Amino acid sequence: MCTYATVHMALDGSAKGPNGEWFPLTTATVYFDHPVHAMAEHTLNIDIPDPARGPSARVALELTASSARALVAAIEEALASGP
Amino acid sequence: MSDSLTATTVQISGAGGDPIEAYLARPDADGPRGGVVVIHHMPGYDRATKEIVRRFAEMGYAAICPNLYFREAPGAAPDDAAATARAHGGVPDQRLVGDVAGAAAHLRALPTSNGKVGVIGYCSGGRQSVLAACHVDLDAAVDCYGAFVTGTPPEGAPMRSNLVDQLPNLRAPLLGLFGDDDKYPSPEEVAELDQILNAHGKVHEFHSYPDAGHAFFSVDRPAYRVAAANDGWQRIAAFFGTYLKG
Repeated sequence: MCTYATVHMALDGSAKGPNGEWFPLTTATVYFDHPVHAMAEHTLNIDIPDPARGPSARVALELTASSARALVAAIEEALASGP
Repeated sequence: MSDSLTATTVQISGAGGDPIEAYLARPDADGPRGGVVVIHHMPGYDRATKEIVRRFAEMGYAAICPNLYFREAPGAAPDDAAATARAHGGVPDQRLVGDVAGAAAHLRALPTSNGKVGVIGYCSGGRQSVLAACHVDLDAAVDCYGAFVTGTPPEGAPMRSNLVDQLPNLRAPLLGLFGDDDKYPSPEEVAELDQILNAHGKVHEFHSYPDAGHAFFSVDRPAYRVAAANDGWQRIAAFFGTYLKG
């Protein structure tokens, strides 16, 4: 919302990015702000960069608030079913 | 009147003498003419913003938009550059002022310049337009729904403060265009800005539109409101016509 309010977090894992190439995760930024593509005024946005390959290499998500909460719940449910 | 124009990417000298990319559009007709610095919204130096730059050229002004994220992400797509700039904490106010000053100097150095330059900004650029007009030699400024000119930025935001303490130094007439349904800035924050400018005797003109919220000029977003945007463009044309012609 034009505030630049951004949550930074460390990540460990892998993601598939531009050109179909996998890369190791190090960080993510999470924020609620204007989307670039989603048809909503504000979305929960997650940027997962591949710092080794520069600004153009990232995985980006723009989720409506309800979808973001549903994703959180789905992640928690999936984790709870694990060993 | 001809509506032929030329648009191109140029390099200008930004804050600290840094070379930065900018998008320049100029009418093909002879001058002299005024100039407009366009400050892009937080999503970046994108296609929609460049359309705005060309529109000002079609309206008879030399117009330029500096890429505020060029340092963090030269050559990257606008959305990727915006994400990178955000991860780095956004654009520092002091750097923004220097970049706008460099863009204004570039316009004034054009052989067609009449010496007058205005600034307009959208979203975060609205606040930055007011900020620039407090520090840079400009002849007119337009704030399109910029948040935190007044009001309090949320805790943890890299933007540490509003602009209230800088408003006494506002050096140019200000046109403000806002949406009644916006929360950033809220109608109360717009009213506070109006009161402060009145108290300091600053020339300004505000219009707030019903059934419009934030980003109502954005033709490629669901926030677009055609009635507000059309009226807003007419207000901008009249305002710049008053202060930048000659």
